[in-house]
Amino acid sequence: MEYIALVVGFLIILAGLWAIMTRKNILKIIIGFSLFDTGLHIVMVALAYVNERTAPIIDGTVLAEEAINKVVDPVPQALVLTAIVIGFGVTALMLTYAVRLFKSKGSLEIADFKDAKW
Amino acid sequence: MLRNSLIFVLVIAVGVIFYSLFTQFDGNDELSDLAQFYAQKENIDKVGSANLVTAVVVTYRGLDTLGEVTILFLTAAIIGFFLKGKLEEGKREVRPSSEILQTAAAVLIPIIIVFGVYIFINGHLTPGGGFQGGAIIASAIILMLLTRPTMPFNHKLFSTIESISGLSFITLGVLGALFAGGFLDNRFIETGTVGELISGGAIPIIYSFVGLKVGAELSNILGDFQEVQNEK
Repeated sequence: MEYIALVVGFLIILAGLWAIMTRKNILKIIIGFSLFDTGLHIVMVALAYVNERTAPIIDGTVLAEEAINKVVDPVPQALVLTAIVIGFGVTALMLTYAVRLFKSKGSLEIADFKDAKW
Repeated sequence: MLRNSLIFVLVIAVGVIFYSLFTQFDGNDELSDLAQFYAQKENIDKVGSANLVTAVVVTYRGLDTLGEVTILFLTAAIIGFFLKGKLEEGKREVRPSSEILQTAAAVLIPIIIVFGVYIFINGHLTPGGGFQGGAIIASAIILMLLTRPTMPFNHKLFSTIESISGLSFITLGVLGALFAGGFLDNRFIETGTVGELISGGAIPIIYSFVGLKVGAELSNILGDFQEVQNEK
């Protein structure tokens, strides 16, 4: 049961990979990239979980003296915070290219953009 | 058909790799050495932040956060560059949004903005912080743009907020280098008691500026996307 987040994360990564490879619409490919990203974040947070511990925040139930035995690893969570922001930036850039591609050809089907192939 | 089955095989292969990763992972029972250092009582008292993730993001790895904010700034700049290619302004004709949306937006937008500010001011005490609060503020802006799709977007205001916040962020970092241990050290202001609102030294101030900067940057990106729709 405690590995459910890990399994869900791996499945979301696979779903994103499937969407990136098979979809024909550019927006759906971008959604695939976002799914891949989200799955990676879930996996990273799940890997940092320490059995039967709680969030790394000091309050009434987790005192500073015993924090070392009561909290999960804060470092991967900070990393994921960074990764979410980078993922946002990448998604926004991809959407920008999609807007420009749509303005140039009036279509978002990947098959309509043949001139960039070599 | 062949292509689809090849992709299917590839996805299965990646799944097998993940499966072997999964079976070899048998949980952690202890913190890693680095995390033990961050969770020690003397280090918690030294930094003064109740939220250890915030302590890592703003002080121990503060330079990374500066880089992260720079990446967001670069993204906003590139998006502005790509979306503002043509200057011909076409008037977009849209149906006015429904009364429900308009009334709800008028009620909700101030509350959402206040909530975002709450999130980043309490970033050192509760789950949250500058990036989350900034994203919430940007969600208020997107609600505004949905309600009035043709409203003129004041890029100058948001760029000014963004520049001032970025400058203040770096100034606080330099102050830390001058009066405390190093760049982005939060201890040039009294750190106070862990768990109180006024504690953590410069952490709440730094995180508030990060929140303002992120909120303004995301709003600028949204404004760019709105303007490109007005184009012919």
